[in-house]
Amino acid sequence: MQAACRHKAARALGFHIPAILLSIIMIYPLVWMISSSLKPNEEVFTTVTKLIPSRIVWENYVTGWQASGRYTYATFFKNSFTIAIWCTIGGVVSSSLVAYAFARIPFAGKKIWFAILMGTMLLPVQVLLIPQYIMFKGFGWINKYLPIIVPQFCGVPFFVFLNLQFMRGVPKELDEAAEMDGCGWLYKYLRIMLPLSVPSLITSGIFGFYWSWQEFLQPLIYISKPKLYPASIALKMFSDPNTQTNWAGLFAMTTLSIIPVVAVFMLFQRYLVEGVATTGLKG
Amino acid sequence: MTAANGTLTRGYRRRRLRNNLAGYAFLAPWLIGLIAFTSIPMLYSLYLAFTKYDSLSSPEWIGTANFANMFQDGVFWKSVGVTFKYVFILVPLRLAAALGVALILTTNHKGIGFYRTVYYIPSLLGGSVAIAIIWSKLWGSDGAINGLISAVTGQPYTYSWIGNPGTALYSLILLGCWHFGSSMLIFVSGIKQIPQSYYEAAVLDGAGPWQRFRYVTFPALTPVIFFNLVMGIINAFKAFSEALVITDGGPLNSTMLFALYIYKQGFTYFKMGYACAMSWVLLIIIGAFSAIVFRSSNYWVYYEA
Repeated sequence: MQAACRHKAARALGFHIPAILLSIIMIYPLVWMISSSLKPNEEVFTTVTKLIPSRIVWENYVTGWQASGRYTYATFFKNSFTIAIWCTIGGVVSSSLVAYAFARIPFAGKKIWFAILMGTMLLPVQVLLIPQYIMFKGFGWINKYLPIIVPQFCGVPFFVFLNLQFMRGVPKELDEAAEMDGCGWLYKYLRIMLPLSVPSLITSGIFGFYWSWQEFLQPLIYISKPKLYPASIALKMFSDPNTQTNWAGLFAMTTLSIIPVVAVFMLFQRYLVEGVATTGLKG
Repeated sequence: MTAANGTLTRGYRRRRLRNNLAGYAFLAPWLIGLIAFTSIPMLYSLYLAFTKYDSLSSPEWIGTANFANMFQDGVFWKSVGVTFKYVFILVPLRLAAALGVALILTTNHKGIGFYRTVYYIPSLLGGSVAIAIIWSKLWGSDGAINGLISAVTGQPYTYSWIGNPGTALYSLILLGCWHFGSSMLIFVSGIKQIPQSYYEAAVLDGAGPWQRFRYVTFPALTPVIFFNLVMGIINAFKAFSEALVITDGGPLNSTMLFALYIYKQGFTYFKMGYACAMSWVLLIIIGAFSAIVFRSSNYWVYYEA
Protein backbone atom coordinates (compact mmCIF):
# COMPACT_ATOMS: atom_id res chain seq x y z
CA MET A 1 0.00 0.00 0.00
CA GLN A 2 2.74 2.40 1.00
CA ALA A 3 4.85 1.30 -1.94
CA ALA A 4 1.91 1.99 -4.24
CA CYS A 5 1.54 5.49 -2.81
CA ARG A 6 5.22 6.16 -3.22
CA HIS A 7 5.10 4.90 -6.77
CA LYS A 8 2.18 7.23 -7.50
CA ALA A 9 4.00 10.22 -6.03
CA ALA A 10 7.12 9.42 -8.05
CA ARG A 11 5.03 9.17 -11.20
CA ALA A 12 3.42 12.55 -10.48
CA LEU A 13 6.80 14.15 -9.86
CA GLY A 14 8.22 12.58 -13.00
CA PHE A 15 5.45 14.32 -14.89
CA HIS A 16 5.26 17.67 -13.14
CA ILE A 17 8.97 18.50 -12.91
CA PRO A 18 9.63 18.34 -16.68
CA ALA A 19 6.25 19.94 -17.38
CA ILE A 20 7.03 22.89 -15.13
CA LEU A 21 10.54 23.24 -16.58
CA LEU A 22 9.08 23.39 -20.07
CA SER A 23 6.50 25.93 -18.87
CA ILE A 24 9.31 28.14 -17.60
CA ILE A 25 11.13 27.94 -20.93
CA MET A 26 7.96 28.70 -22.87
CA ILE A 27 6.95 31.64 -20.74
CA TYR A 28 10.42 33.04 -20.08
CA PRO A 29 10.58 35.41 -23.09
CA LEU A 30 7.27 36.96 -22.08
CA VAL A 31 8.22 37.31 -18.43
CA TRP A 32 11.56 38.81 -19.48
CA MET A 33 9.77 41.32 -21.67
CA ILE A 34 7.36 42.40 -18.94
CA SER A 35 10.14 42.60 -16.37
CA SER A 36 12.33 44.67 -18.73
CA SER A 37 9.43 47.01 -19.36
CA LEU A 38 9.36 47.84 -15.65
CA LYS A 39 13.09 48.27 -15.08
CA PRO A 40 14.94 51.58 -15.05
CA ASN A 41 16.10 51.97 -18.65
CA GLU A 42 19.81 51.82 -17.85
CA GLU A 43 19.33 48.48 -16.12
CA VAL A 44 17.61 46.66 -18.98
CA PHE A 45 20.82 45.24 -20.47
CA THR A 46 23.01 45.38 -17.39
CA THR A 47 20.75 43.16 -15.29
CA VAL A 48 19.45 40.90 -18.06
CA THR A 49 19.11 37.83 -15.90
CA LYS A 50 17.26 39.52 -13.05
CA LEU A 51 13.55 39.15 -13.58
CA ILE A 52 12.65 41.34 -10.62
CA PRO A 53 13.46 45.03 -11.26
CA SER A 54 15.44 46.89 -8.60
CA ARG A 55 12.56 49.36 -8.58
CA ILE A 56 9.36 49.39 -10.58
CA VAL A 57 9.36 52.17 -13.18
CA TRP A 58 5.82 52.64 -14.44
CA GLU A 59 6.96 55.79 -16.29
CA ASN A 60 8.36 53.54 -19.02
CA TYR A 61 4.77 53.08 -20.13
CA VAL A 62 4.40 56.84 -20.36
CA THR A 63 7.68 57.54 -22.13
CA GLY A 64 7.20 54.55 -24.41
CA TRP A 65 3.68 55.70 -25.25
CA GLN A 66 5.01 59.06 -26.44
CA ALA A 67 7.12 57.24 -29.05
CA SER A 68 9.52 59.70 -30.68
CA GLY A 69 7.59 62.65 -31.85
CA ARG A 70 4.36 63.75 -33.43
CA TYR A 71 2.39 60.56 -33.09
CA THR A 72 1.94 58.51 -29.97
CA TYR A 73 0.91 54.92 -29.53
CA ALA A 74 -2.64 56.19 -29.10
CA THR A 75 -2.58 56.67 -32.87
CA PHE A 76 -0.79 53.40 -33.63
CA PHE A 77 -3.04 51.25 -31.47
CA LYS A 78 -6.12 52.98 -32.83
CA ASN A 79 -4.90 52.20 -36.35
CA SER A 80 -4.28 48.57 -35.44
CA PHE A 81 -7.79 48.31 -34.04
CA THR A 82 -9.31 49.86 -37.15
CA ILE A 83 -7.52 47.35 -39.39
CA ALA A 84 -8.22 44.41 -37.10
CA ILE A 85 -11.92 45.12 -36.69
CA TRP A 86 -12.66 45.56 -40.39
CA CYS A 87 -10.54 42.58 -41.38
CA THR A 88 -12.24 40.41 -38.79
CA ILE A 89 -15.76 41.41 -39.79
CA GLY A 90 -14.96 40.95 -43.47
CA GLY A 91 -13.31 37.59 -43.00
CA VAL A 92 -15.99 36.14 -40.74
CA VAL A 93 -19.03 37.26 -42.73
CA SER A 94 -17.76 36.34 -46.18
CA SER A 95 -16.24 33.03 -45.10
CA SER A 96 -19.47 31.93 -43.44
CA LEU A 97 -21.46 32.60 -46.63
CA VAL A 98 -18.98 30.74 -48.80
CA ALA A 99 -18.82 27.85 -46.37
CA TYR A 100 -22.61 27.53 -46.44
CA ALA A 101 -22.60 27.14 -50.21
CA PHE A 102 -20.11 24.27 -49.93
CA ALA A 103 -21.79 22.71 -46.91
CA ARG A 104 -25.41 22.63 -48.05
CA ILE A 105 -26.29 23.89 -51.49
CA PRO A 106 -26.00 21.43 -54.39
CA PHE A 107 -24.75 23.46 -57.36
CA ALA A 108 -22.92 22.71 -60.58
CA GLY A 109 -19.12 22.75 -60.37
CA LYS A 110 -19.00 22.51 -56.59
CA LYS A 111 -16.18 19.96 -56.50
CA ILE A 112 -13.95 21.96 -58.81
CA TRP A 113 -14.45 25.17 -56.87
CA PHE A 114 -13.72 23.40 -53.64
CA ALA A 115 -10.47 22.02 -55.03
CA ILE A 116 -9.49 25.52 -56.12
CA LEU A 117 -10.31 26.88 -52.68
CA MET A 118 -8.06 24.31 -51.03
CA GLY A 119 -5.39 25.05 -53.61
CA THR A 120 -5.35 28.73 -52.73
CA MET A 121 -4.42 27.76 -49.17
CA LEU A 122 -1.11 26.52 -50.56
CA LEU A 123 -0.51 29.71 -52.52
CA PRO A 124 2.37 31.74 -51.08
CA VAL A 125 1.44 35.37 -50.54
CA GLN A 126 4.72 36.38 -52.21
CA VAL A 127 3.38 35.47 -55.65
CA LEU A 128 0.58 38.00 -55.30
CA LEU A 129 2.55 40.68 -53.49
CA ILE A 130 3.93 42.62 -56.43
CA PRO A 131 1.04 42.41 -58.89
CA GLN A 132 -1.40 43.31 -56.09
CA TYR A 133 0.81 46.23 -55.13
CA ILE A 134 0.80 47.51 -58.70
CA MET A 135 -2.94 47.02 -58.96
CA PHE A 136 -3.76 48.74 -55.66
CA LYS A 137 -1.39 51.56 -56.51
CA GLY A 138 -3.42 51.99 -59.68
CA PHE A 139 -6.59 52.22 -57.56
CA GLY A 140 -4.95 54.99 -55.49
CA TRP A 141 -4.98 52.74 -52.42
CA ILE A 142 -1.46 53.51 -51.21
CA ASN A 143 -1.52 54.86 -47.67
CA LYS A 144 -5.01 53.50 -47.21
CA TYR A 145 -6.12 50.41 -45.32
CA LEU A 146 -8.21 49.20 -48.25
CA PRO A 147 -5.52 46.84 -49.67
CA ILE A 148 -5.39 45.12 -46.29
CA ILE A 149 -9.13 45.08 -45.57
CA VAL A 150 -10.94 44.57 -48.89
CA PRO A 151 -9.45 41.14 -49.77
CA GLN A 152 -10.65 39.87 -46.39
CA PHE A 153 -14.23 40.51 -47.54
CA CYS A 154 -13.69 37.91 -50.26
CA GLY A 155 -13.45 34.98 -47.89
CA VAL A 156 -10.44 33.57 -46.08
CA PRO A 157 -9.83 29.94 -47.17
CA PHE A 158 -8.88 28.81 -43.67
CA PHE A 159 -12.08 30.27 -42.19
CA VAL A 160 -14.20 28.80 -44.97
CA PHE A 161 -12.70 25.42 -44.15
CA LEU A 162 -13.24 25.91 -40.42
CA ASN A 163 -16.89 26.91 -40.84
CA LEU A 164 -17.47 24.19 -43.39
CA GLN A 165 -16.23 21.49 -41.02
CA PHE A 166 -18.56 22.82 -38.36
CA MET A 167 -21.60 23.12 -40.65
CA ARG A 168 -21.17 19.54 -41.83
CA GLY A 169 -21.80 18.50 -38.25
CA VAL A 170 -25.16 20.31 -38.08
CA PRO A 171 -27.99 17.81 -38.68
CA LYS A 172 -29.73 18.20 -42.03
CA GLU A 173 -33.14 17.36 -40.53
CA LEU A 174 -33.39 20.96 -39.35
CA ASP A 175 -33.14 22.14 -42.96
CA GLU A 176 -35.73 19.67 -44.14
CA ALA A 177 -38.33 20.98 -41.74
CA ALA A 178 -37.83 24.48 -43.15
CA GLU A 179 -37.91 23.10 -46.69
CA MET A 180 -41.38 21.64 -46.07
CA ASP A 181 -42.50 25.14 -45.30
CA GLY A 182 -41.10 26.24 -48.64
CA CYS A 183 -38.28 28.37 -47.28
CA GLY A 184 -35.40 29.41 -49.53
CA TRP A 185 -31.66 29.03 -49.01
CA LEU A 186 -31.16 32.52 -47.66
CA TYR A 187 -33.85 31.98 -45.05
CA LYS A 188 -32.43 28.59 -44.10
CA TYR A 189 -28.96 30.10 -43.80
CA LEU A 190 -30.03 33.09 -41.72
CA ARG A 191 -32.57 31.35 -39.52
CA ILE A 192 -31.09 27.88 -39.07
CA MET A 193 -27.40 27.69 -39.88
CA LEU A 194 -26.20 31.08 -38.74
CA PRO A 195 -27.42 30.83 -35.14
CA LEU A 196 -26.14 27.26 -34.86
CA SER A 197 -22.69 28.01 -36.26
CA VAL A 198 -21.89 30.73 -33.74
CA PRO A 199 -18.99 28.68 -32.26
CA SER A 200 -17.16 28.44 -35.58
CA LEU A 201 -17.91 32.10 -36.28
CA ILE A 202 -16.28 32.99 -32.99
CA THR A 203 -13.27 30.78 -33.69
CA SER A 204 -12.69 32.38 -37.07
CA GLY A 205 -13.29 35.80 -35.54
CA ILE A 206 -10.57 35.20 -32.96
CA PHE A 207 -8.05 34.07 -35.54
CA GLY A 208 -9.06 36.93 -37.81
CA PHE A 209 -8.41 39.36 -35.01
CA TYR A 210 -5.03 37.84 -34.13
CA TRP A 211 -3.74 37.78 -37.66
CA SER A 212 -4.86 41.26 -38.59
CA TRP A 213 -3.73 42.72 -35.26
CA GLN A 214 -0.25 41.32 -35.83
CA GLU A 215 -0.21 41.82 -39.60
CA PHE A 216 3.13 43.19 -40.68
CA LEU A 217 3.87 42.54 -44.34
CA GLN A 218 0.84 44.27 -45.87
CA PRO A 219 1.08 47.54 -43.87
CA LEU A 220 4.84 47.49 -44.47
CA ILE A 221 4.18 47.69 -48.19
CA TYR A 222 1.13 49.93 -48.32
CA ILE A 223 1.52 52.31 -45.38
CA SER A 224 4.32 54.86 -45.38
CA LYS A 225 2.76 57.74 -43.44
CA PRO A 226 3.57 57.56 -39.70
CA LYS A 227 0.08 58.87 -38.97
CA LEU A 228 -1.33 55.64 -40.42
CA TYR A 229 1.14 53.14 -38.92
CA PRO A 230 -0.40 50.22 -37.07
CA ALA A 231 1.40 49.20 -33.88
CA SER A 232 3.31 46.39 -35.61
CA ILE A 233 5.01 48.82 -37.99
CA ALA A 234 5.56 51.43 -35.28
CA LEU A 235 7.28 48.86 -33.06
CA LYS A 236 9.51 47.80 -35.92
CA MET A 237 10.40 51.40 -36.76
CA PHE A 238 11.26 52.22 -33.16
CA SER A 239 13.33 49.08 -32.63
CA ASP A 240 16.27 50.22 -34.74
CA PRO A 241 19.31 49.63 -32.50
CA ASN A 242 21.07 52.69 -33.96
CA THR A 243 18.43 55.18 -32.92
CA GLN A 244 16.51 53.57 -30.08
CA THR A 245 17.77 54.35 -26.60
CA ASN A 246 14.63 53.97 -24.50
CA TRP A 247 14.47 50.16 -24.58
CA ALA A 248 12.43 49.90 -21.42
CA GLY A 249 9.83 52.15 -23.05
CA LEU A 250 9.84 50.04 -26.21
CA PHE A 251 9.36 46.86 -24.17
CA ALA A 252 6.47 48.57 -22.40
CA MET A 253 4.83 49.04 -25.80
CA THR A 254 5.54 45.47 -26.98
CA THR A 255 3.90 44.33 -23.75
CA LEU A 256 0.84 46.49 -24.41
CA SER A 257 0.68 45.23 -28.00
CA ILE A 258 0.23 41.62 -26.90
CA ILE A 259 -2.38 42.37 -24.24
CA PRO A 260 -5.35 42.33 -26.65
CA VAL A 261 -4.19 38.95 -27.98
CA VAL A 262 -3.87 37.40 -24.54
CA ALA A 263 -7.16 38.99 -23.39
CA VAL A 264 -9.07 37.58 -26.35
CA PHE A 265 -7.50 34.21 -25.69
CA MET A 266 -8.56 34.23 -22.05
CA LEU A 267 -12.12 35.19 -22.97
CA PHE A 268 -12.63 32.70 -25.76
CA GLN A 269 -10.23 29.92 -24.89
CA ARG A 270 -12.76 27.16 -25.26
CA TYR A 271 -13.75 28.09 -28.81
CA LEU A 272 -10.16 28.41 -29.88
CA VAL A 273 -9.01 25.06 -28.60
CA GLU A 274 -11.97 23.28 -30.18
CA GLY A 275 -11.53 25.18 -33.42
CA VAL A 276 -7.90 24.23 -33.77
CA ALA A 277 -8.74 20.63 -33.01
CA THR A 278 -11.52 20.22 -35.58
CA THR A 279 -9.71 21.79 -38.52
CA GLY A 280 -6.64 19.70 -37.94
CA LEU A 281 -8.41 16.45 -37.51
CA LYS A 282 -10.76 16.26 -40.37
CA GLY A 283 -8.26 17.69 -42.83
CA MET B 1 -49.40 10.83 -67.27
CA THR B 2 -47.16 12.78 -69.63
CA ALA B 3 -48.47 15.98 -68.19
CA ALA B 4 -47.58 14.86 -64.70
CA ASN B 5 -44.11 13.85 -65.88
CA GLY B 6 -43.69 17.20 -67.55
CA THR B 7 -44.47 19.14 -64.40
CA LEU B 8 -42.15 16.87 -62.45
CA THR B 9 -39.16 17.56 -64.68
CA ARG B 10 -40.09 21.21 -64.86
CA GLY B 11 -40.24 21.37 -61.08
CA TYR B 12 -36.92 19.53 -60.87
CA ARG B 13 -35.33 21.87 -63.40
CA ARG B 14 -36.63 24.90 -61.59
CA ARG B 15 -35.23 23.64 -58.32
CA ARG B 16 -31.88 22.88 -59.91
CA LEU B 17 -31.76 26.37 -61.37
CA ARG B 18 -32.64 27.83 -58.00
CA ASN B 19 -29.91 25.79 -56.31
CA ASN B 20 -27.33 26.89 -58.83
CA LEU B 21 -28.32 30.52 -58.48
CA ALA B 22 -28.23 30.31 -54.70
CA GLY B 23 -24.94 28.40 -54.70
CA TYR B 24 -23.18 30.96 -56.84
CA ALA B 25 -24.75 33.84 -54.93
CA PHE B 26 -23.33 32.51 -51.66
CA LEU B 27 -20.02 31.85 -53.38
CA ALA B 28 -19.92 35.30 -54.96
CA PRO B 29 -17.64 37.09 -52.46
CA TRP B 30 -15.01 34.40 -52.86
CA LEU B 31 -15.39 34.15 -56.64
CA ILE B 32 -14.96 37.90 -57.01
CA GLY B 33 -11.87 37.75 -54.84
CA LEU B 34 -10.54 34.75 -56.73
CA ILE B 35 -10.74 36.67 -59.99
CA ALA B 36 -9.79 40.16 -58.82
CA PHE B 37 -7.23 39.48 -56.10
CA THR B 38 -5.81 36.09 -57.06
CA SER B 39 -6.20 35.08 -60.72
CA ILE B 40 -5.57 38.41 -62.41
CA PRO B 41 -2.60 39.25 -60.15
CA MET B 42 -1.17 35.77 -60.77
CA LEU B 43 -1.38 36.16 -64.52
CA TYR B 44 0.10 39.63 -64.27
CA SER B 45 2.90 38.29 -62.07
CA LEU B 46 3.60 35.57 -64.63
CA TYR B 47 3.90 38.25 -67.30
CA LEU B 48 6.11 40.46 -65.13
CA ALA B 49 8.40 37.51 -64.47
CA PHE B 50 9.53 37.84 -68.08
CA THR B 51 10.05 41.59 -67.92
CA LYS B 52 12.31 44.20 -66.43
CA TYR B 53 10.16 46.43 -64.28
CA ASP B 54 11.11 49.07 -61.71
CA SER B 55 7.51 50.22 -60.98
CA LEU B 56 8.18 53.66 -62.53
CA SER B 57 8.73 53.02 -66.24
CA SER B 58 6.57 50.47 -68.00
CA PRO B 59 7.61 46.77 -67.99
CA GLU B 60 10.10 45.80 -70.68
CA TRP B 61 9.96 42.27 -72.10
CA ILE B 62 13.26 40.48 -71.60
CA GLY B 63 12.23 36.86 -72.10
CA THR B 64 13.76 34.38 -69.69
CA ALA B 65 16.59 36.69 -68.63
CA ASN B 66 15.28 36.94 -65.06
CA PHE B 67 15.43 33.18 -64.67
CA ALA B 68 18.88 33.07 -66.26
CA ASN B 69 20.04 35.79 -63.87
CA MET B 70 18.97 33.71 -60.90
CA PHE B 71 21.57 31.11 -61.81
CA GLN B 72 24.24 33.84 -61.72
CA ASP B 73 22.93 35.40 -58.51
CA GLY B 74 24.97 34.20 -55.55
CA VAL B 75 22.51 35.57 -53.02
CA PHE B 76 19.69 33.68 -54.74
CA TRP B 77 21.47 30.34 -54.28
CA LYS B 78 22.48 31.28 -50.77
CA SER B 79 18.87 32.10 -49.96
CA VAL B 80 17.61 28.84 -51.46
CA GLY B 81 20.10 26.96 -49.31
CA VAL B 82 19.19 28.91 -46.18
CA THR B 83 15.49 28.34 -46.78
CA PHE B 84 15.89 24.59 -47.26
CA LYS B 85 17.96 24.37 -44.11
CA TYR B 86 15.34 26.38 -42.23
CA VAL B 87 12.44 24.27 -43.48
CA PHE B 88 14.09 20.88 -43.06
CA ILE B 89 15.34 21.51 -39.56
CA LEU B 90 12.38 23.49 -38.25
CA VAL B 91 9.48 21.39 -39.53
CA PRO B 92 10.58 17.96 -38.18
CA LEU B 93 11.81 19.50 -34.94
CA ARG B 94 8.57 21.35 -34.30
CA LEU B 95 6.45 18.34 -35.24
CA ALA B 96 8.46 16.09 -32.93
CA ALA B 97 8.15 18.59 -30.07
CA ALA B 98 4.41 18.94 -30.66
CA LEU B 99 3.87 15.19 -30.81
CA GLY B 100 6.09 14.47 -27.82
CA VAL B 101 4.45 17.04 -25.60
CA ALA B 102 1.00 15.98 -26.79
CA LEU B 103 1.74 12.39 -25.77
CA ILE B 104 2.76 13.55 -22.31
CA LEU B 105 -0.27 15.84 -21.98
CA THR B 106 -2.67 13.00 -22.72
CA THR B 107 -1.50 10.97 -19.76
CA ASN B 108 -3.59 11.05 -16.64
CA HIS B 109 -2.31 13.85 -14.40
CA LYS B 110 -3.57 16.91 -12.62
CA GLY B 111 -2.99 20.34 -14.10
CA ILE B 112 -2.95 19.19 -17.74
CA GLY B 113 -5.22 22.07 -18.77
CA PHE B 114 -2.84 24.60 -17.25
CA TYR B 115 0.20 23.23 -19.06
CA ARG B 116 -1.71 23.05 -22.32
CA THR B 117 -2.57 26.75 -22.05
CA VAL B 118 0.98 27.77 -21.18
CA TYR B 119 2.45 25.82 -24.10
CA TYR B 120 -0.14 27.15 -26.50
CA ILE B 121 0.14 30.88 -25.75
CA PRO B 122 3.45 31.38 -27.63
CA SER B 123 1.80 30.12 -30.85
CA LEU B 124 -0.75 32.91 -30.62
CA LEU B 125 1.93 35.54 -30.48
CA GLY B 126 3.66 33.68 -33.26
CA GLY B 127 4.65 36.03 -36.01
CA SER B 128 4.20 39.25 -34.08
CA VAL B 129 6.76 42.02 -34.34
CA ALA B 130 6.74 42.35 -30.55
CA ILE B 131 8.04 38.81 -30.10
CA ALA B 132 10.59 39.23 -32.89
CA ILE B 133 12.00 42.29 -31.12
CA ILE B 134 12.17 40.41 -27.82
CA TRP B 135 13.84 37.47 -29.53
CA SER B 136 16.51 39.68 -31.06
CA LYS B 137 17.28 41.08 -27.62
CA LEU B 138 17.25 37.70 -25.89
CA TRP B 139 19.84 36.28 -28.28
CA GLY B 140 21.94 39.44 -28.76
CA SER B 141 25.46 39.76 -27.37
CA ASP B 142 24.19 41.51 -24.22
CA GLY B 143 20.97 39.50 -24.14
CA ALA B 144 19.42 37.34 -21.46
CA ILE B 145 20.68 34.03 -22.89
CA ASN B 146 24.29 35.17 -22.60
CA GLY B 147 23.49 36.56 -19.17
CA LEU B 148 22.29 33.11 -18.10
CA ILE B 149 25.35 31.42 -19.62
CA SER B 150 27.62 33.88 -17.83
CA ALA B 151 25.81 33.26 -14.57
CA VAL B 152 26.18 29.49 -14.91
CA THR B 153 29.81 29.41 -16.10
CA GLY B 154 30.93 32.37 -13.99
CA GLN B 155 32.64 33.95 -17.00
CA PRO B 156 31.34 36.86 -19.06
CA TYR B 157 29.93 35.52 -22.31
CA THR B 158 29.18 37.93 -25.14
CA TYR B 159 28.81 35.79 -28.26
CA SER B 160 26.12 37.32 -30.45
CA TRP B 161 23.88 34.46 -31.49
CA ILE B 162 22.04 36.53 -34.06
CA GLY B 163 25.11 38.50 -35.13
CA ASN B 164 27.07 35.45 -36.28
CA PRO B 165 26.41 33.68 -39.56
CA GLY B 166 26.96 30.30 -37.93
CA THR B 167 24.14 30.62 -35.40
CA ALA B 168 21.76 33.34 -36.63
CA LEU B 169 19.55 30.94 -38.58
CA TYR B 170 19.30 28.60 -35.59
CA SER B 171 17.93 31.39 -33.43
CA LEU B 172 15.16 31.81 -36.02
CA ILE B 173 14.59 28.05 -36.05
CA LEU B 174 14.29 28.08 -32.27
CA LEU B 175 11.74 30.86 -32.50
CA GLY B 176 9.78 28.66 -34.91
CA CYS B 177 9.99 25.73 -32.48
CA TRP B 178 8.70 27.96 -29.72
CA HIS B 179 5.38 27.93 -31.63
CA PHE B 180 4.82 24.20 -31.40
CA GLY B 181 1.61 24.78 -29.40
CA SER B 182 -0.96 24.83 -32.18
CA SER B 183 0.24 21.54 -33.69
CA MET B 184 0.35 20.17 -30.15
CA LEU B 185 -3.35 21.00 -29.63
CA ILE B 186 -4.24 19.20 -32.85
CA PHE B 187 -2.26 16.13 -31.75
CA VAL B 188 -3.85 16.16 -28.30
CA SER B 189 -7.35 15.94 -29.69
CA GLY B 190 -6.18 13.35 -32.23
CA ILE B 191 -4.81 11.15 -29.48
CA LYS B 192 -7.99 11.52 -27.45
CA GLN B 193 -10.02 10.18 -30.36
CA ILE B 194 -8.16 6.88 -30.50
CA PRO B 195 -10.53 4.25 -29.04
CA GLN B 196 -9.35 2.92 -25.69
CA SER B 197 -10.18 -0.62 -26.84
CA TYR B 198 -7.20 -0.54 -29.24
CA TYR B 199 -4.87 -0.07 -26.31
CA GLU B 200 -6.61 -2.76 -24.28
CA ALA B 201 -6.18 -5.19 -27.15
CA ALA B 202 -2.51 -4.22 -27.47
CA VAL B 203 -1.93 -4.76 -23.76
CA LEU B 204 -3.55 -8.18 -24.00
CA ASP B 205 -1.09 -9.01 -26.76
CA GLY B 206 1.69 -8.03 -24.37
CA ALA B 207 2.65 -4.70 -25.98
CA GLY B 208 4.87 -2.38 -23.94
CA PRO B 209 4.66 1.44 -24.02
CA TRP B 210 6.90 1.77 -27.10
CA GLN B 211 5.02 -0.90 -29.01
CA ARG B 212 1.70 0.71 -28.08
CA PHE B 213 3.01 3.95 -29.54
CA ARG B 214 4.54 2.31 -32.59
CA TYR B 215 1.56 0.10 -33.51
CA VAL B 216 -1.46 1.96 -32.12
CA THR B 217 -0.92 5.66 -31.48
CA PHE B 218 1.38 6.48 -34.37
CA PRO B 219 -0.64 4.79 -37.17
CA ALA B 220 -3.86 6.33 -35.82
CA LEU B 221 -2.24 9.76 -35.81
CA THR B 222 -0.73 9.60 -39.30
CA PRO B 223 -3.55 11.64 -40.93
CA VAL B 224 -3.01 14.39 -38.34
CA ILE B 225 0.76 14.23 -38.79
CA PHE B 226 0.25 14.48 -42.52
CA PHE B 227 -1.92 17.59 -42.19
CA ASN B 228 0.58 19.24 -39.85
CA LEU B 229 3.48 18.32 -42.07
CA VAL B 230 1.92 19.88 -45.17
CA MET B 231 0.89 23.08 -43.38
CA GLY B 232 4.24 23.26 -41.59
CA ILE B 233 6.26 22.98 -44.80
CA ILE B 234 4.16 25.57 -46.61
CA ASN B 235 4.29 28.06 -43.75
CA ALA B 236 8.02 27.58 -43.25
CA PHE B 237 8.71 28.29 -46.91
CA LYS B 238 6.70 31.50 -46.56
CA ALA B 239 8.43 32.66 -43.34
CA PHE B 240 9.33 36.29 -43.62
CA SER B 241 8.68 38.79 -40.84
CA GLU B 242 10.88 37.12 -38.18
CA ALA B 243 13.86 37.26 -40.49
CA LEU B 244 13.14 40.85 -41.49
CA VAL B 245 12.78 42.12 -37.93
CA ILE B 246 15.41 40.05 -36.14
CA THR B 247 18.29 39.86 -38.60
CA ASP B 248 17.15 41.60 -41.79
CA GLY B 249 18.59 38.66 -43.70
CA GLY B 250 22.08 39.08 -42.29
CA PRO B 251 24.78 38.52 -41.19
CA LEU B 252 26.31 37.67 -44.58
CA ASN B 253 22.88 36.65 -45.88
CA SER B 254 22.88 33.70 -43.48
CA THR B 255 19.19 34.29 -42.69
CA MET B 256 18.13 35.52 -46.12
CA LEU B 257 15.01 33.39 -46.32
CA PHE B 258 13.63 33.14 -49.82
CA ALA B 259 10.44 35.08 -49.05
CA LEU B 260 12.52 37.88 -47.56
CA TYR B 261 14.80 37.99 -50.59
CA ILE B 262 11.79 38.32 -52.87
CA TYR B 263 10.52 41.21 -50.77
CA LYS B 264 13.90 42.92 -50.87
CA GLN B 265 14.29 42.57 -54.62
CA GLY B 266 10.79 43.92 -55.14
CA PHE B 267 10.44 46.66 -52.59
CA THR B 268 14.00 47.65 -51.63
CA TYR B 269 15.76 47.37 -55.01
CA PHE B 270 12.57 47.78 -57.08
CA LYS B 271 13.50 44.88 -59.34
CA MET B 272 9.89 43.84 -59.55
CA GLY B 273 10.20 41.65 -62.63
CA TYR B 274 13.02 39.72 -61.01
CA ALA B 275 11.07 39.43 -57.76
CA CYS B 276 8.05 38.05 -59.65
CA ALA B 277 10.23 35.49 -61.38
CA MET B 278 11.57 34.38 -58.01
CA SER B 279 8.09 34.20 -56.52
CA TRP B 280 7.19 31.71 -59.26
CA VAL B 281 10.21 29.66 -58.35
CA LEU B 282 8.95 29.68 -54.75
CA LEU B 283 5.50 28.60 -55.92
CA ILE B 284 7.01 25.74 -57.92
CA ILE B 285 9.15 24.63 -54.98
CA ILE B 286 6.16 24.66 -52.60
CA GLY B 287 4.03 22.86 -55.18
CA ALA B 288 6.71 20.22 -55.70
CA PHE B 289 7.13 19.54 -52.00
CA SER B 290 3.39 19.42 -51.40
CA ALA B 291 3.11 16.94 -54.27
CA ILE B 292 5.90 14.79 -52.84
CA VAL B 293 4.31 14.74 -49.39
CA PHE B 294 0.88 13.96 -50.87
CA ARG B 295 2.33 11.15 -52.99
CA SER B 296 4.26 9.69 -50.11
CA SER B 297 1.13 9.71 -47.96
CA ASN B 298 -0.02 6.53 -49.73
CA TYR B 299 2.81 4.70 -48.03
CA TRP B 300 2.60 5.96 -44.50
CA VAL B 301 -0.78 7.56 -43.81
CA TYR B 302 -3.44 5.15 -42.55
CA TYR B 303 -7.05 6.08 -43.06
CA GLU B 304 -9.57 3.98 -41.27
CA ALA B 305 -11.83 2.22 -43.72
